[in-house]
Amino acid sequence: MEFGLTEEQVLLQDSVGRYLADHASLDRARQFADGAEERAADVCTALAELGVSGLIIDEAYGGVGLKMLDAAIVAEQLGGNVTPIAFAASAVMVPLALQRAGSEAQKAHWLPLLAAGEASAGAAVSEAVAAREDARISASGGTLTGRALFVLDHAADVYLVADDRRKMHLVEAKARGLTSTRLTSIDKTRHIGELRFEGVAADPLPGSDDPAVLADVIDAGRIVLAADTLGAAQNMLDQAVAYAGERQQFGRVIASFQAVKHMCAEMAARLEPCRAMIWYAAHAFDEVPEESRLTACHTKAHLGEVGKFVAKTATEVHGGMGFTDLLGLHYWFKRIGFNRQMLGGPELVREEAARLQELI
Amino acid sequence: MDLSYGGEYEAFRGEVRDFIADHASQAPKGNGMRSKPVLDWQALLIEKGYTARTIPREYGGHGAEPDILKSRIIAEEFANAQVSNGLGGQGIQMLVPTLLEIGTEEQKKRFIGPTLRGEIVWCQGYSEPNAGSDLASLTTSAVLDGDEWVVNGQKIWTSTAKQADWIFCLVRTEPEAPKHKGISFLLFSMDTPGIEVRPLKTMTGDSTFNEVFFTDVRVPKQQIVGSRGEGWFVANSILRHERGMLGDPNATFSRLNALIELMQQETVDSRRVIDNPVFRDRLMQIQGEVMAMRFNDMRILSAKLNNKDASLAGMIVKLQGTELRHRLEGLAIDALGELGLLYEDSPLLRGQGAWQSQYMFYLGLIIGGGTSQIQKNIISERGLGMPREPKPQQV
Repeated sequence: MEFGLTEEQVLLQDSVGRYLADHASLDRARQFADGAEERAADVCTALAELGVSGLIIDEAYGGVGLKMLDAAIVAEQLGGNVTPIAFAASAVMVPLALQRAGSEAQKAHWLPLLAAGEASAGAAVSEAVAAREDARISASGGTLTGRALFVLDHAADVYLVADDRRKMHLVEAKARGLTSTRLTSIDKTRHIGELRFEGVAADPLPGSDDPAVLADVIDAGRIVLAADTLGAAQNMLDQAVAYAGERQQFGRVIASFQAVKHMCAEMAARLEPCRAMIWYAAHAFDEVPEESRLTACHTKAHLGEVGKFVAKTATEVHGGMGFTDLLGLHYWFKRIGFNRQMLGGPELVREEAARLQELI
Repeated sequence: MDLSYGGEYEAFRGEVRDFIADHASQAPKGNGMRSKPVLDWQALLIEKGYTARTIPREYGGHGAEPDILKSRIIAEEFANAQVSNGLGGQGIQMLVPTLLEIGTEEQKKRFIGPTLRGEIVWCQGYSEPNAGSDLASLTTSAVLDGDEWVVNGQKIWTSTAKQADWIFCLVRTEPEAPKHKGISFLLFSMDTPGIEVRPLKTMTGDSTFNEVFFTDVRVPKQQIVGSRGEGWFVANSILRHERGMLGDPNATFSRLNALIELMQQETVDSRRVIDNPVFRDRLMQIQGEVMAMRFNDMRILSAKLNNKDASLAGMIVKLQGTELRHRLEGLAIDALGELGLLYEDSPLLRGQGAWQSQYMFYLGLIIGGGTSQIQKNIISERGLGMPREPKPQQV
């Protein structure tokens, strides 16, 4: 029995973590957030070389052929460094959908491009979780009509679009009749947007007649967003402890005040079990199908709650500095806030957990 | 990630299950300590290696090689079957491991076997009215007079003192030394003249604890564990052990399942409680937290198997586990509405009153065994490397 990461996984964690620490620090995220870049090309290229964009793509299509636990490990690093790249949809949800339900032609065309980091993919599946406004996509005669909101990894080359019968389609960004609008969110390190379809020619995923495929894709997205929160929250806690160890008031470091220590202890006490939870949820996704869905729901909800607590508390430990743009702590705060709302907030996902157990 | 225990262990699990299936009818029910069925069952479990498993045979144990997974399988199977896995208590859980590590050969031979067999019941004399979280400031004194220690003082929160034959007790033997270095660890019979035990009734209505008063209690000189002044070190090695046991997520998991059942059965205005979205959401929140703590427990188990320190994952269990359990029991009370108020032998009582008594009992466990605030000090200092609160300057 071994509940933990393999040597290879620790190596993956270290290599991605080291690159991000050395080359994609807060300054790089800030530059991306402030500027008009569609993509942080240097970061995308370097991470593609480390295998991040092709992580779960089969080796036959140019990927690394790894699994959800590996994706969660990488997501944790990306969250920890507020890395401005498309990952949850582009490297996990869309490749997964293609591999589970795509035609040979779809896979042969898109997977090598995604693996190489030469194309990016977005996921327009929010309405399959819960629709806001009048968002809804209907399919007929090979075309899509309607509106999709909160498209994850927006500004992509290709989109995975779920219709109102939970079937999935591929639509290229340049397709005729597609209008794409950026939605400005609190989190400037990742893009979301809106897509409007007016009879847009779509390429359906033949294997997606089974609605379980879309459910798996959403589960995968939830696990990866939760893992991103784990990394971001751990980083905020680490920053809070470090700051408290330096900041002096009343003639001593504030880390020696019990009020401050207990805030940090509470963050650690709530966050530490989240690590085991992420590992298990990702492992269950790969290996324990009967537990996978319920675990994914609870993991998304629980990390959302713990993340919110840590984001607030760690900011408070920093005092007034935590509230400034100068320190940049807010990038993590917002990253955690984004992950909490996307693909179902805690209440919504817990309701799903209850339904899965036939408690409703 | 490999969550299987492996073929050898699954075979072992089968043996344990078969044993339980064949012998469960002999297992004692309830919490008696001295009855013949209890002692016979204990003897059978030692013989089979299902309790006192790794304690050497020469001291009355089963003498198996330590094997964390086998111990875990035994615990899981007895818990699942709801069959007694033998005697517990502070003598077996805390004193025996301490004697094995630090006791003299004579102490091991004299005490371990009878303790394991249930012939000697122990209580623990640590806390005092003025030495709780700051245990090292304890003042119960022991002064050497010829070949005997003379003990004077008072202990509190002493569970099973009424039933106990012996006590293991922290006393101050070196009043001039710094507080952590002036303590010794003594063993003595509760029949010794000069000991008075007064039950301490708690908010649950039970008297699980006692106060114990010592007036010129004379203890043979050699009944000390470790050397003079080493008692703090001896006690700390066991306290760590105790903290590990409080807040066990697997016990909380079975209460969670009982709570889910309760919320499906109970109705308000002919509607199931679980159909109320507020209650349902509170239940799901707790389910998620229990899940996280169970996965955390698997991580700790795995760390132990690989001789790694579970570090923060282990340090947070007492704090998180007891608080979570308290909230879980509290949700059941809320879900029961006015029915949740009923207690003791009331008609209409649900779950034998356990929701209320456990709710209160777990508040006791949040405080006992190192309060939540002390746990947070430990987590922040040892886990996160934050500095200790400076001592106030003497004025």
